[in-house]
Amino acid sequence: MTMVENSGPITPPPVVHRAAPANGATVALAEKVSVRGLNFYYGDNRALKDVNVPLYAGLVTAFIGPSGCGKSTLLRVLNRIYDLYPNQRADGQVLLDNQDVLNPGQDLNLLRARVGMVFQKPTPFPMSIYENIAFGIRLYERLSKGEMDGRVESALRRAALWDEVKDKLSANGLSLSGGQQQRLCIARTVAVKPEVILLDEPCSALDPIATAKIEELIDELKSDYTIAIVTHNMQQAARVSDYTAFMFLGELVEFGPTTKIFTTPSERRTQDYITGRFG
Amino acid sequence: MATEHTAKAFDADLQDLARLVAEMGGMAEKQIGDAVDALNTHDITLAARTIALDDKIDYLQREIEEKAILTIARRQPMAVDLREIVGALRVANDLERIGDLAKNIAKRVSALDDDVRLAKVMRGVEHMSELVLSQIKDVLDSYARRDVDKALAVWRGDEEIDAVNNSLFRELLTYMMEDPRNISLCIHLLFCAKNIERMGDHATNIAETVYYIVEGRPLADERPKGDNTASAHVAFPA
Repeated sequence: MTMVENSGPITPPPVVHRAAPANGATVALAEKVSVRGLNFYYGDNRALKDVNVPLYAGLVTAFIGPSGCGKSTLLRVLNRIYDLYPNQRADGQVLLDNQDVLNPGQDLNLLRARVGMVFQKPTPFPMSIYENIAFGIRLYERLSKGEMDGRVESALRRAALWDEVKDKLSANGLSLSGGQQQRLCIARTVAVKPEVILLDEPCSALDPIATAKIEELIDELKSDYTIAIVTHNMQQAARVSDYTAFMFLGELVEFGPTTKIFTTPSERRTQDYITGRFG
Repeated sequence: MATEHTAKAFDADLQDLARLVAEMGGMAEKQIGDAVDALNTHDITLAARTIALDDKIDYLQREIEEKAILTIARRQPMAVDLREIVGALRVANDLERIGDLAKNIAKRVSALDDDVRLAKVMRGVEHMSELVLSQIKDVLDSYARRDVDKALAVWRGDEEIDAVNNSLFRELLTYMMEDPRNISLCIHLLFCAKNIERMGDHATNIAETVYYIVEGRPLADERPKGDNTASAHVAFPA
């Protein structure tokens, strides 16, 4: 693995790294999430091999790589959604604010409230637009009707969906278009005020306009959240992310500032992949 | 470009671009040689042909631009591919300028008399053009082979051309002082020398582009420069 710019020691946790962005100024980067020596197994199949990667607070980190390279698996570890399935296990460390979320004592509901996830296919609940948002909030908070209305509106506004749905909040979430459904899912994720948002190919089922709206949204959201995005669309990774990680066959091959990865990657495999020369 | 793209047509696009640049380079070389020959032998017909060749070079440059833009739009190139395409655009630009400079020399041929006094100073101009031609040949070679060392040699080699230009400049100044009837001729030759010197600068630009294509970063060093004509002073003979 090649760590570009930030080749800090693996342990003990150095929370703040120094990085030199394109403008040459030195900026302190806080590691919101630190993945350390992570291995993941589907039964006997080792899908992640000793992965080390940070997610910097307030920045977007893109994960790219061919199908089956482990990028979605890595995302699934970050909020332990794999726990829902038998025969899947992880070892290593995933530190969220220096707390290991792989710890068996970890409260999973709390973790998933802090680390929200949006999937490839829009997955609205089969209920009203309003309830799609309110449902998640009610799991964690008791709010008055007025407060809840406010939270639903602000979540829909954050997801740039409010203007399109404000007159039909009681309509079924499934009646929306694909792009709107995906933004509804993002609104639902944002509504519970997570700290980290995981996006697993959020635009792969969307048209270019809906994709542009989601990308615009990612740009808006990153000031308040730490975002990880898995994408097959290289141009999208280049557009929306600050840091990019290239994975191959369960290994993290290269991690560094997006501008560097897409212009002058250090690793041959990264270059071959992003220029379409693989295999 | 060791491995091929999964989309073979992308490789073909890049190869086409490189081929067009090479073709343009060949034309520019011929144009320089012919322009200096025409000047040397006062061959008005050759000069006219040299001027006409410039249209073909311009046409090739437009073709390269169109192809580059189409390839960017169609393939969304990344990393080394993107640099290849941007590099082709830049090199084509420099070659087009070299063509213009050669054309400018050819245009001066008809303005000069077939004068015996020419032979003496022409040797300096010829020497300079030989140096520049070899620089351009080397730099096009380095582009074709993605040879950074060769590109760097060209980049450093420009100093010699500047030195010859300086001495030629002084020589021409002296001739003008000796006899005002030399002024018209010498001014034209001064411009020719300047044009050739500018061609050398474009050769170093191309060398920088080759470096950028291969290394992915600009050549950071300050290039050694030897053109002192801006401050040259020759005292009037007492």
